[in-house]
Amino acid sequence: MDFTYTILIPLIPLAVFLLLGFNYVKIKPAVSGWIGSAGLFSSFVLSYYTAYKYFFEVGKVDGVYQQFVHKWRWMSFTDTLQIDMGVMIDQISVMMLVVVSTISFMAHLYSRGYMKGDPGYTRFFAFLSLFTFSMMGLVLATNLFQIYIFWELVGVSSFLLIGFYYTKPSAVAAAKKAFIVTRFADLGFLIGILIMGYYAGTFDFLTLNDIDGPVISNWASTSFMGLSVFTLALMLIFMGGAGKSAMFPLHIWLPDAMEGPTPVSALIHAATMVVAGVFLVARLFPMYFFVEDGYALNLVMWVGAISSLFAAIIALTQNDIKRVLAFSTMSQIGYMMLALGVSGYDGHDGLGYMASMFHLFTHAMFKALLFLGAGSVIHAVHSNYLKDMGGLRKYMPITSITFLIAALSISGFPGFAGFFSKDEILVAAFEHNKIIYVITVIVAGLTAFYMFRLYFGIFWGKDKKYEHAPHESPMSMTIPMMFLAFMSIATGYIHFSEYVTADRMPFEAHLNYPLAAIAVSVGLLGIILAYVFYKKPTNLPDKVSSSFGNLYKWAYDKFYIDEIYMFVTKEIIFKRISAPFAWFDRHIVDGAMNLIGNSTVSASKEIKGMQSGKVQDYAFAFVAGVVILAMIFIYNWII
Amino acid sequence: MIQGISIYEILTVTTLLFFIGVYGFLTRKNLITMLLSIELILNASAINFVVINKYLFPDALQGVYFSIFIIAVAAAEAALAIAIIINLYKLITSVEVEDTEIMKY
Amino acid sequence: MERVLFYILALIMIVFAVKAVSSRKMLRSVIYLLFVLMGIAGIYFLVDYTFLAAIQLAVYAGGVIVLIIFSVLLVHHIELRLDVASKRSQILAGVLSVVGAGLTLFTIWTYKFNPVENYNAIDVATIGKGLLSYGDGGFILPFEVISVLLVAVMIGAIVIAKGKRLEQ
Repeated sequence: MDFTYTILIPLIPLAVFLLLGFNYVKIKPAVSGWIGSAGLFSSFVLSYYTAYKYFFEVGKVDGVYQQFVHKWRWMSFTDTLQIDMGVMIDQISVMMLVVVSTISFMAHLYSRGYMKGDPGYTRFFAFLSLFTFSMMGLVLATNLFQIYIFWELVGVSSFLLIGFYYTKPSAVAAAKKAFIVTRFADLGFLIGILIMGYYAGTFDFLTLNDIDGPVISNWASTSFMGLSVFTLALMLIFMGGAGKSAMFPLHIWLPDAMEGPTPVSALIHAATMVVAGVFLVARLFPMYFFVEDGYALNLVMWVGAISSLFAAIIALTQNDIKRVLAFSTMSQIGYMMLALGVSGYDGHDGLGYMASMFHLFTHAMFKALLFLGAGSVIHAVHSNYLKDMGGLRKYMPITSITFLIAALSISGFPGFAGFFSKDEILVAAFEHNKIIYVITVIVAGLTAFYMFRLYFGIFWGKDKKYEHAPHESPMSMTIPMMFLAFMSIATGYIHFSEYVTADRMPFEAHLNYPLAAIAVSVGLLGIILAYVFYKKPTNLPDKVSSSFGNLYKWAYDKFYIDEIYMFVTKEIIFKRISAPFAWFDRHIVDGAMNLIGNSTVSASKEIKGMQSGKVQDYAFAFVAGVVILAMIFIYNWII
Repeated sequence: MIQGISIYEILTVTTLLFFIGVYGFLTRKNLITMLLSIELILNASAINFVVINKYLFPDALQGVYFSIFIIAVAAAEAALAIAIIINLYKLITSVEVEDTEIMKY
Repeated sequence: MERVLFYILALIMIVFAVKAVSSRKMLRSVIYLLFVLMGIAGIYFLVDYTFLAAIQLAVYAGGVIVLIIFSVLLVHHIELRLDVASKRSQILAGVLSVVGAGLTLFTIWTYKFNPVENYNAIDVATIGKGLLSYGDGGFILPFEVISVLLVAVMIGAIVIAKGKRLEQ
């Protein structure tokens, strides 16, 4: 089967970006919205067509999903080390195509309403298309280098979109923060890629991931500081993934990134770009699993578990609804990471891998929906803070209902998509590591609580008097929300284990009823607690939070991670390390250069008097020179 | 050649003329008088050509030709120099060397 | 007879040369130079190059000196006395000139010339043929170059002397 046409899926948004970007001034906002959405719609259709073709017609040969690669040589360094550009069609890339195109298309449709009247309307759509192009290129990448290029491109588009309101200082600061933090993480990624390229002699995923291939079977051949170099490379690559996916301790940019427009948060910072780290680990999963018996994978697991618990605790205390959702995203991505971490490879052992991808898929739908819902609410009340909201269900019925569906889904309520994917993760964790399992259950309860705190806080709670009565958002915004609400339920019923598996062979996965029952009851407990606390305005939450004392304060201040970063960068790096270097540079290096320059200048000041401009002085020097030369010659003759 | 006069005596005279011209060029402060010194230097060397031709190679005429050319070039140089001096005088109403130092550093 | 004549000429030339470079009246300087040039013409007569002597008189005494006199009258008030150079520069230039002259004379007097006895005069026709000859020892090319040079100098002198005032 020829999947070459899939190259169009990223290229159409690129064309749209160029069209909108170059004619930014000329195109009318209404037109640019339509162009952007139409471009995305064609990518969306192509993605679904590809998914249908791949999963139902040609993908499976003898019960094994095939990997289709179409690539073109781009640069060749040595006979073994080359860089290609191309498309790679396999289970996870097709799945990601579906996710990205769906969410991106919905975000485009939604933005047509949300961004209406914004002076940067065309620019916004251009950037959205740029992002979609980069993300599609990322998921279709055939080798590490290509993925790195698109990795940076999504970083740039994320930077541009976070800083979209560039007149707002906080947005500019957030954009810079996101870019610098992820760039710092990408430094690790790049070093990892280079180590990998040096020792494996290839960047190609097919060769790297070949479980009988030279790389995986020879992982022990070279070691450094007691670890295989491949383990080190994988850990460094994971550092890049952790930066993009906002894993602890590189998560600090994600909450601030909520300064961007809400559709951007939904598309980039909830559903697609932030799961790039998960995708990267999944893309290299055979390597992570087989090299040094999954040493690097353990790191993935623990980082995922810690991040998910950490973020869930912080999410309990935040008052900005978008920040709650941001920490919730971080927590859920931690889930996906730990699911990858506990996964095996063959057959049913690969449950964690499948669960992670499943959760990625469902999470993209309901988290995007939550963000769109939050955007709709923010659009109505012009505030991000819970204290300005309450009783909105009467004004915004559609938003209220879709938000409830998404909240139930993320809380793992039976029958909703989140329930199914989360259950698989819990099963995988339970089978692998009990401590991780306990963490996941706790996080499930916390997730349910903070989600319903949000839901009750926004749509129930106190009956607030609004100066301007809030009204339901326009159709352009509610239709994507309704579609995503449908997806938040329907995607749970896909038998994911038949489509996306670690060893590319389908297997049967069943609900584990005892574990599901525990998770659901913990989730229900969270929902009931939230109901008691926030359904009616009471002083109960304040009492509880004050009883937690310092812990509440720490969580509210995000455990001072930002302050620690500030301390490390400002006090230690800038003051103790950079300042001496700067001093050295300014005084010794520059000083030496200045000395050369200054001494030239002063020397020429001294001797420029000889250039007197008086012709007789020159003549005198000339005649004197001739006489002296003549004397020398005559002296030589006489001797 | 001149009866009773050796080439050494003539060359001595021309040498003295030459260095008197050099002295004048170095000490005069007026452009026209400097020009006079240059004429002196040129003529001293022209005599040398002629005398050496006459005393050492009487059958050849190269020294004579060179003298003719020197005279022609000297005339040309004098004409140009005077044109420049006159123009300079029109510009700065002075032909003193001190006033023509704008080309210094 | 010729020997006496030469000494007289040499004396005249050196004395007037010194006067020409040291006189404080410019016009007098020029006239002293004229005497030197005429003395040089006398040397040419003595060595039997009468044509050269005629050129010397015509071009220098008749042309260059007249030109210089005109320009002196144009740019200079003849009653003014010229500035003298500073003592320091006079001494420096004097020392340099004396040393240079000494060196040159030393070289000349230590070198052994081999003069050829001859008293034959050369007529103008021979010189003219040599100047216009294409063959060996012919000077047609420098002759033409000089003629081009003179034309160029003529044009250049006119253009430069016409000049422009600073403010234009």
